[in-house]
Amino acid sequence: MNPAISVSALTKRYGDIEAVRGIDFEVAAGETFGFLGPNGAGKSTTIKILCTLADPTSGTARVAGHDVIKERDTVRRNIGLVFQDTTLDNYLTGEQNLRFHADLYGVPKAAFGPRLRQVLEMVGLWDRRESAVSTYSGGMQRRLEIARGLLHAPRVLFLDEPTVGLDPQTRVSIWEYINELKNREDITIFLTTHYMDEAENCDRIAIIDHGKIVAIDTPEALKASIGKDRVQISTADDPAAIRALAEVFGLDAGVHEGLVTFSVESGEQFVPRLFARLPVAIQSVSVSRPSLDDVFMSYTGKTIRDAEASIGDRNRRIATRFARR
Amino acid sequence: MATKDMSAEGALETEERNLTELIRVAVPERSIRADLRAVSIVWRRELIRFRSDRLRAITSLVQPVLFLFILGTGLSRLAARGMPPGVDFQTFIYPGVLAMSVLFTAIFSAASIVWDREFGFLREMLVAPVRRWAIVIGKCLGGATVATIQGIIFLALAGVAHVPYDPVLLLTLVGELLLLSFTLTAFGVMMAARIKQIQAFMALTQMFVLPLFFLSGALYPLSGLPSWLTVLTRIDPLTYIVDPMRHAVFDHLAVSPRALDALSPGVTWNGWVVPLGLSLAMVAAMGLAMLGVAIAEFRKTE
Repeated sequence: MNPAISVSALTKRYGDIEAVRGIDFEVAAGETFGFLGPNGAGKSTTIKILCTLADPTSGTARVAGHDVIKERDTVRRNIGLVFQDTTLDNYLTGEQNLRFHADLYGVPKAAFGPRLRQVLEMVGLWDRRESAVSTYSGGMQRRLEIARGLLHAPRVLFLDEPTVGLDPQTRVSIWEYINELKNREDITIFLTTHYMDEAENCDRIAIIDHGKIVAIDTPEALKASIGKDRVQISTADDPAAIRALAEVFGLDAGVHEGLVTFSVESGEQFVPRLFARLPVAIQSVSVSRPSLDDVFMSYTGKTIRDAEASIGDRNRRIATRFARR
Repeated sequence: MATKDMSAEGALETEERNLTELIRVAVPERSIRADLRAVSIVWRRELIRFRSDRLRAITSLVQPVLFLFILGTGLSRLAARGMPPGVDFQTFIYPGVLAMSVLFTAIFSAASIVWDREFGFLREMLVAPVRRWAIVIGKCLGGATVATIQGIIFLALAGVAHVPYDPVLLLTLVGELLLLSFTLTAFGVMMAARIKQIQAFMALTQMFVLPLFFLSGALYPLSGLPSWLTVLTRIDPLTYIVDPMRHAVFDHLAVSPRALDALSPGVTWNGWVVPLGLSLAMVAAMGLAMLGVAIAEFRKTE
């Protein structure tokens, strides 16, 4: 079976900035594939290229068997898109929005009625189809967009940060819908996220940082590759604690999210030794099994929140620079 | 939980049937028919939105009504001395004010593109597997239709300005309104392709609208003007639609040839009277040219 998406040596430059720096990957048909990385890592740029919304600087990408540059229209017919920002007409009803989409995508008229019902029932909006979209909550709007993305039965569905800006409860329910549609529709899903917990829903994940893929595998395999538990301690004197950890235990620790963080095998058994032999007072300690966060950290040297904070810092610096002018 | 499972099971059968049936939903190859269907839905969306926005229909009638009844009545006594017997000042300005009634609506319906961009809906249209021209033409036709409907509402007031309800006259005027609305919407869409902020769009189009109206000869005859004003009126595209409209109205009034000469002298270029057909053709050509620019602009984006 041909892969649903295949990308090779893909790059994208915006002036001096290299947003995507040579990535290769394949997504099998029927797979749910996640792009995980901090904001600004190149996720959105990649998704834009795959959706034919931006041309790559070099390299090739094929979606549903078609080249994204040479066969742009064929690609567009075969994909469904749900963007980060809403793209609904608030003045129209849910059904009118979907009808608009059906006409633009040339969905056969006879198929529209049953298909409309199918996708709206899937996202639980069939009863609300005649209400104006402006009366929908944020979660309902996102669900309507997912229904719309599916309306023309695309072979690949792109979800760019499908749950960003939603409250935790709504995020969970959106994922229930996505998981359900995986079972019901014969579809490949490509999504981007910077939420670690959401990436766990994917069959496979690519971790992307600074425009490069640093790891690509199933969530389980990625976590198993770390093997170690993560220990975080808060101490009276962090630099002294880091020095002591290196001297006494030969551990390479760093400060992440304000806590001294390091990885060891069998974390629970290590903690008593830690208290016994560390010369610095420990105020609290936590041990956790490897999560995708640790995977991210082991490949990029930082947690995803650190990465975003540094982007935030950079933006703040830029903002202050402009403010001073 | 139990109910959910049950309903899922019950739905499974139909689901499977639908699935196999719907896999063949596969969107057809690009064709002119698909593009025309896109034109049609973009056009219909404008109508749906117009229908749900009755306030707009009413508020945009306020300005022409003010011009016709307040300004028209107020100035009519003053203007009476210059008017040939048997012709009202209101009747004289009616065709110009009628043109004005579509002026705002047509240009501002193009503003919806700027809104669509701001609210993201434009993206939904631009990523669809249809040609860009289909979307731009749908938008222009939609704006033209909405503006013409607006004009037709104002046309209902013709009797108050002593303009007869003659079917031929009404049809002629509706046709001319449609042409005018299309050209104006094309102008608006062309501007909207470039201008990304709604405030800037409003400010810029406002800047155009009033000079267009005042220079068009909507409120005064085009003969015997100072030469600088003569030149400016001849440059104003609106002149070339107001003149045929006024011509149509005066054709259906019982007025002396002398009065006709004084009030509806036609557009002249250095003494040569521009034929009505040429006037209309120029407006149409301008509309098509701006439509072309608008399509080219939208092809470039994303």
